[in-house]
Amino acid sequence: MQDAPEQFETPPASLPRTAQQPPARLTPAAAEPSRLRRFLDSDLLHSFLRSKLVVLAAILTTLLVGAAFLAPVIAPHNPYDLKSLSLLDSNLPPMWEQGGEPGYPLGTDDQGRDILSTILYGTRASILIGLASVLLAIAIGLSAGLCAGYAGGRIDALIMRIADVQLTFPAILTALLIDGVAIAIFKTYDLDAAKFGILVVAIGLSFWVQYARTVRGVTLVERNKEYVQAARLIGISPFKIMFQHILPNVLSPVLVIATINLALAIITEATLSFLGVGLPATEPSLGTMIQIGNRYLFSGSWWMVAFPGLTLAVLALAVNLLGDWLRDALNPKLR
Amino acid sequence: MSQPVLSVRDLVVGFPTRRGVLTAVDGVSFDIAAGEVLGVVGESGAGKSLTGAAVIGLLEPPGQILGGSVHLEGKRIDTLEPEAMRRIRGRRIGMVFQDPLTSLNPLYRIGEQIVETIRTHAKVSSATASERAIDLLEEVGIKGARSRIHAYPHEFSGGMRQRVVLALALCAEPQLLIADEPTTALDVSIQAQIIALLKRLCRQRRTAVMLITHDMGVIAETADRVAVMYAGRIAEIGPIGDVLRQPRHPYTQGLMGAIPAVAGATATRLTQIPGSMPRLNAIPAGCAFNPRCPRAFDRCRRLRPEPITAGRTEAACWLLAHDAGVAS
Amino acid sequence: MLAFAIRRLLEAAIVMLTVALLAFVLFRFVGDPVNQMVGQDTSLEDRMRLREELGLNDAVIVQFARFVAGAASFDFGISYQMKQPVTAIIAERAPATIELALVAALFAVSLGIPMGVYTGIHRDSWLSRVFLAVSLIGISLPTFLIGIFLIYVFAVKLGVLPSFGRGEVVRFGFWRTGLLTASGLKALILPAITLGLFQMTLVTRLVRAEMLEVLRTDYIKFARARGLSKRAINFGHALKNTLVPVITVIGLQLGAVIAFAIITETVFQWPGMGLMFIQAVQNADIPVMAAYLMLVAFLFVLINFLVDLLYVRVDPRIRIYGRGA
Repeated sequence: MQDAPEQFETPPASLPRTAQQPPARLTPAAAEPSRLRRFLDSDLLHSFLRSKLVVLAAILTTLLVGAAFLAPVIAPHNPYDLKSLSLLDSNLPPMWEQGGEPGYPLGTDDQGRDILSTILYGTRASILIGLASVLLAIAIGLSAGLCAGYAGGRIDALIMRIADVQLTFPAILTALLIDGVAIAIFKTYDLDAAKFGILVVAIGLSFWVQYARTVRGVTLVERNKEYVQAARLIGISPFKIMFQHILPNVLSPVLVIATINLALAIITEATLSFLGVGLPATEPSLGTMIQIGNRYLFSGSWWMVAFPGLTLAVLALAVNLLGDWLRDALNPKLR
Repeated sequence: MSQPVLSVRDLVVGFPTRRGVLTAVDGVSFDIAAGEVLGVVGESGAGKSLTGAAVIGLLEPPGQILGGSVHLEGKRIDTLEPEAMRRIRGRRIGMVFQDPLTSLNPLYRIGEQIVETIRTHAKVSSATASERAIDLLEEVGIKGARSRIHAYPHEFSGGMRQRVVLALALCAEPQLLIADEPTTALDVSIQAQIIALLKRLCRQRRTAVMLITHDMGVIAETADRVAVMYAGRIAEIGPIGDVLRQPRHPYTQGLMGAIPAVAGATATRLTQIPGSMPRLNAIPAGCAFNPRCPRAFDRCRRLRPEPITAGRTEAACWLLAHDAGVAS
Repeated sequence: MLAFAIRRLLEAAIVMLTVALLAFVLFRFVGDPVNQMVGQDTSLEDRMRLREELGLNDAVIVQFARFVAGAASFDFGISYQMKQPVTAIIAERAPATIELALVAALFAVSLGIPMGVYTGIHRDSWLSRVFLAVSLIGISLPTFLIGIFLIYVFAVKLGVLPSFGRGEVVRFGFWRTGLLTASGLKALILPAITLGLFQMTLVTRLVRAEMLEVLRTDYIKFARARGLSKRAINFGHALKNTLVPVITVIGLQLGAVIAFAIITETVFQWPGMGLMFIQAVQNADIPVMAAYLMLVAFLFVLINFLVDLLYVRVDPRIRIYGRGA
């Protein structure tokens, strides 16, 4: 429904007032509630607590992330230390099975690495890569989107063209391509050490487009608003306008995309590793572990796939649930 | 005197929320006789549309009817089973909405949409229904109806579309038509045409009309009686001439004073009512209008006023009570 | 309509050229073509001669033009790894991927649309919750994990379905199909489900979201106000309005399916283009990578174009305005 035409305005002084005070609202003039109180009372927190599943997802995520980052402290072994590995300890089943040893609670892989420790270190690597690549994607996407939206014209057309071409391909393909090119270029160098950086760049570059588009949309809207016009009139530099004034308005949608993206980034890294073009076997991530373990699935060594697989599944599901909830909770249309 | 087509008594519509119930329509009562046009006027948020939605049984959840009754031709309808209510919709109560563009399904030809509606309520062949549809389109003023029947909604202009919408709402010959802001989305020049069409169609069929709008001008043109709503309650209800010339409720007086008059000797200042309509969670105790009323006194702030008869109108205002002169 | 088609063709051509440029840069400048092709003990003169023969000393523009001409006639050079013409390799592998992709897409759509419609209409029923839970799992879990899980259950534990390969195939010219043999069909089941599951969940969510959106529109409200039956509203009006935008998205998804086949083919050792591409990446086999890139880009562009035409055909608003414009 349209708003009624403005018929009632604030009174001129000449109208008699018999009422003592004409408050528009009758709530008592209490002190403005503290931010903590407002948060505890908010719809966001309420919808969060009401869904047991989402709470569970949050707890699991915190546990996994916490354990992963405490890896150096709580892992029984260091799987990256090649010297400490012993082939005699390879292919051991979990400790509750026959043949297992208490020193290797979840068993070992074909190189003698302790599965539990590798899971902890591998999760940490995966999460770090995920975070770094999302940050990279945001950095590129934000800048591109702000410039495209603010400058318009040729710059806008160029950036959007590039985005469109990239969007014809699914992100996984883009990541694979960049990865493959990097492998070809750096073939002669010590690839393993650079793998981390390559993966971050590959995944980051495949995700920037979403941010750029959203940011560009918001920028286009904001650019026409009066405060931007005023700033331009005063003579503030375009960069300052973009990053100081428009940027804050853009952060909310970017945050929503980022949370969903993080899960996707972690999965993409796992997929690349599984395909053999991600983190190497010497510093494995969950994906690499699954790839290695896959070879032994038929011969009965199920633990090499099961535990990393379970960890990855739980991590992916939990982060996705959180992202889903966040997106629904922040969506004004559904409220 | 024959019974009214529509009879609403003490209707209460509310929204249960986490923090309590928000009452949007609070004890509304009115009748509409056959062939009569009742204008329901008020600001946005006064509860007019919700009242209309409640009568036809299309309240969007979590809104629901929390009290009162709705009778159609003597029979109660607000407690009917959903399937029974569905049969009443279209057949005995029709409704048109504000925006004719979004009211029509863009993927179906308008002939298909009319024929479908007719055949939902009457067992006729599609050929008969098509003929009927063509007749209807001609009646609402669409030229070349026989070929236009195969057109899509976006091939019509705004005014034409609203005519099609009227045809759709009336094709099953309902006894009551609820029109929710039917002209608000139209150009001013088209508004007059649509209003005239509405009047003609309903007079011919003796259809009772509940005309919901915030535009007093439309009401003045079209309505026989008018109900002025404020904050979910009826402030004043009566024949249109009486309410226009001699409004009893201070709110209605404010509304009348705010209408610019072309004819009139001196240029008088438009009256302004201070403040704005209260939000649903902050409705004042007593009379809902009392904080903004220039003539409010103590009882207004304590007790909610009953409708009090003055001439042929009723107004919910303590000023009209016999002991109004005594300041309590 | 014609102007629209021409404009889209031009845009498609631009995209293809851009991709061709990328592929060419890869082809020519990443690693050294000559070094890839010869052994370590080839003399310097022989290398220089090879350079000249391959036209590597010509102007870059000329080389690019030659590359594009070659691509247009399906000539992408020789694979570094397999020492065979790339085109031959692709022709051998393509049928496997295309069959897999089509079956997976069929699975995704035939399950996804009904599930989406049901969860859109019956928002709070327990069956809807089950469907939504399944779709959440399908969209969260990585494809390879699902594939391995399916292999473990059906191949290792139950032993009813094969865990790798295509089974027996029947030849039709250069096309080898697995659809006509029992073992071929059995081998197709697990990979198709793995590949299609993600798409199915996307379709379900999309249809559901679109359905919910449509059910809130004014024309549905007006249809209710006219007393139309639930059936007429849900399946007559709402469904049609839901499917029109959804169909185009599903069409676009077909392209994504072909790309995601890379993962599924790796898990199941399915002898298709995806597996070929992964092996090329692992071995830095640039010609194969470049050729795959071009082929996939072409497929995507083609699908996009066809989907656009389809949308114009199906939505009367565009059809009628597009004609006059």
